[in-house]
Amino acid sequence: MSTTTAGAHAHAHGHAEAGVGDFISTYVFSRDHKIIGMQFLFSTLLWFMVGGLLALGIRWQLAWPWSGMPVIGPMLFSGEGGQISPEFYTMLFTMHATVMIFFVIIPILAGAFGNYLIPLMIGAEDMAFPTLNMLSYWFMWPAFLLIGSSFFISPSNGAGGGWTSYPPLSSIPEAAPGSGSGQTLWLLGVTFVGISSMMGSINYMTTIIQMRAPGMTMFRLPLTIWGIFITALLQAFALPVLTAAGLMLLLDRVVGTGFFIPEMLVVNNSLPASGGGQPLLWQHLFWFYSHPAVYIMILPAMGMVSEIIACFSRKPIFGYRPMIFSIAGIAGLGFIVWGHHMFVSGMNPYLGMTFMTATMLIALPSAVKVFNWLGTIWRGKIQFTTPMLFALSFVSMFIIGGLSGIFMAATTVDIFIHDTYFIVAHFHYVLFGGTAMAVFGAIYFWFPKMFGRMMNETLGKIHFFFTFLFLNGTFYPMHVLGAVGFPRRLADPYHYETFRHLMPVNQFMTLCAIGMVTVQVVFAANFLFSIFSGRKVGRNPWGANSLEWTAPSPPGHGNFDFQPVVYRGPYEYSSPEVDADYYPQNQPLAQKT
Amino acid sequence: MLVPILGVWVFVSAAFNWWPFSGGALAFPGEHWLPHDISVHGVVIDGLYYFILAVTGAIFIATTVAMFWFLLRYDGRQNATPVKFIHGSHTLEVIWSVLPAVTLLFIAIFQMNAWSDVKIQRPLQSVGPDGEQGTLDDVFLPPLLEVTGRQFEWKIRYPGEDQEFDTPDDIHLVNDLHIPVDEEIVIAIKSDDVLHSFFLPNVRLKQDVVPGMKQYIWFEATETGTFDIVCAELCGWGHYKMKGRLTVESREDFERWLGQKYKAQETNQLSLELAER
Ligand SMILES: [Cu+2]
Ligand SMILES: [Cu+2]
Repeated sequence: MSTTTAGAHAHAHGHAEAGVGDFISTYVFSRDHKIIGMQFLFSTLLWFMVGGLLALGIRWQLAWPWSGMPVIGPMLFSGEGGQISPEFYTMLFTMHATVMIFFVIIPILAGAFGNYLIPLMIGAEDMAFPTLNMLSYWFMWPAFLLIGSSFFISPSNGAGGGWTSYPPLSSIPEAAPGSGSGQTLWLLGVTFVGISSMMGSINYMTTIIQMRAPGMTMFRLPLTIWGIFITALLQAFALPVLTAAGLMLLLDRVVGTGFFIPEMLVVNNSLPASGGGQPLLWQHLFWFYSHPAVYIMILPAMGMVSEIIACFSRKPIFGYRPMIFSIAGIAGLGFIVWGHHMFVSGMNPYLGMTFMTATMLIALPSAVKVFNWLGTIWRGKIQFTTPMLFALSFVSMFIIGGLSGIFMAATTVDIFIHDTYFIVAHFHYVLFGGTAMAVFGAIYFWFPKMFGRMMNETLGKIHFFFTFLFLNGTFYPMHVLGAVGFPRRLADPYHYETFRHLMPVNQFMTLCAIGMVTVQVVFAANFLFSIFSGRKVGRNPWGANSLEWTAPSPPGHGNFDFQPVVYRGPYEYSSPEVDADYYPQNQPLAQKT
Repeated sequence: MLVPILGVWVFVSAAFNWWPFSGGALAFPGEHWLPHDISVHGVVIDGLYYFILAVTGAIFIATTVAMFWFLLRYDGRQNATPVKFIHGSHTLEVIWSVLPAVTLLFIAIFQMNAWSDVKIQRPLQSVGPDGEQGTLDDVFLPPLLEVTGRQFEWKIRYPGEDQEFDTPDDIHLVNDLHIPVDEEIVIAIKSDDVLHSFFLPNVRLKQDVVPGMKQYIWFEATETGTFDIVCAELCGWGHYKMKGRLTVESREDFERWLGQKYKAQETNQLSLELAER
């Protein structure tokens, strides 16, 4: 590294040749991992807002079916006059899931935090392949445009097959008359998301293996990096299957190949299919990716939560190696449990037993992680900062989401609760109560590093409290609905007498959901306001150990103004070797004074 | 400190249905549990559901209580005891890996029989008085009727007087399924177009119907009455209205009803033929 500090270099560079071209190469087509991470962060947060509003559309219909939706209705689907038709309802939940999974959770974890944190935490200047990294962001844009246009430009023309897109509904255009080109655009869009994730995952793996600072052994890596590393592995192995399956479905739809359609199938007066295929094949291929994807959507979050909990307990993480082994165990087992989505699909029932046993076992590493988090806060000195509150709520919400998974894993119970609101409750506890809460915590935690300023703590706590309250108010009753057998994806569940008495519960949930979305305004205001006028802070406002806290806030181009050398693991809080209650990874062995 | 405490309270009260808003429209009374069960195998499924609920409920309470006790006890502002500098415990890791593993495997193995009864062991025909056995097809109890899902209705077909399907005297109905009570019955299910799922909430039975595949389901209903048939797999815009009605009645009522349908259909065909002439 040169004698000039990298940060100063970037500044001088920026000021000296500030022109339009320079602006574009610095902030738009940037190859700096921090800018790319930030681009991912801003795009995904915007989509998060869209996905949340779409969810309100769904909630509205379930609480007050067929009545015009005020405010958001005309805003989001003016073409429909603010009222939700049954066709449009299918598009609404398809779009909500697609946006939340492919445009928010996966890219915010891997794209935003993976990108931002990997080089900083391992002590590298940047990613191994900066150009590939830039492309991984820009390949999201075709997906944004394709999927967005299929829905927002002509809302009656969106994809309506659910995010799982089971054929033949998704492969024969006549099966879902409204969807027309929407389903095709949707499939193309998902393919682009896949390409983007693939480029990202190759980059993350290479960077983590090749570019660690001197002394940073694999077992000195922060758990966040382990989470992202295993996630990248999962993506590399699982994504090709989804991409191939997606192309096959696309061919079925556009060319009529019939990979997933039995012979001579006629749907809604379509031409008889050439056929020879099997609808269940799609489900196998789809879940072979999408079950590991569940872990892609939680492992990095688990890592970030470990970081926050250790830091604000001022105590080493309990069971560092068991934490890593359980991440690896989840990833390994994650490849042999996909059939638990298909217990009642018509798959050979003997397979159900195998998949059930594997699925039961995968709950084990998750349990180990929970116990280790509890072990970490035990006998610590806990600081209730906003990131800590979010991290703790991640743990408790994840306990609920994990435990409810056991119901579904038990094949016989799953016969009843499959495709009911029980599963909807389960994955919202894991993905919202879990991942989204962890992401909020991570934003509050790393914000000072990203922008050199703190977010407001009071507003943060208000945001936390009401999000936590409303999230339970919205998602907890879903278990109750599921127990009654309330199916998901029904435009009007009250068509069945069996479910008519559940309308008040749904209205209560919708009110909570409205509250939950509203309170995010506090977050958005805090976030935007703090970027420009938050309290300025130095390099290490939380007194944390990992390497990113030794770089300037915000770090300049090239990240570190010195060559970091690592002497120990990232969780040596309250070590007896030093007076301070933290012990940075790069601090040479200290003499106790 | 107030924040986490309030948080706990909301969270725990949510788990135990102590919502402050309880009562009135928002209460979660008994009918918000599993719906009334009218099947023989449902008893096992419900038992397993409540068993898992008890186990997971206990784990949830234990971990949550531990967590909040730690949060109160080791709050950095009040806690004078120094941090215990510890990196983990091998013994504890082993204990908390083995205990859940045993519990989970127990649940898995415990319910395999039930799964096999519901989805694998198709009922056999009671062997005739002469004790002779035919081909494999004769061993299985034949389906009483056939259900076919199509956008957006359930087509029901009974074999008619000759007890054979695909003959001219098949009885065709829509969304109206009748079965005799206290008898183990088999239904053949299939799909004409896209995926659907044949869901009988009160019978604790659900099976996706897949185009190109013929499947069999079986159950024994123990109570008479009418119940909903629900489509539980997204099948298009009209998915929500794909509702059928299941009527469970005594053998005599069932046969009388079937006879009426048979006659009505015959007269219909007769009048059609007459009209055509
Ligand atoms: Cu899964
Ligand atoms: Cu259907």
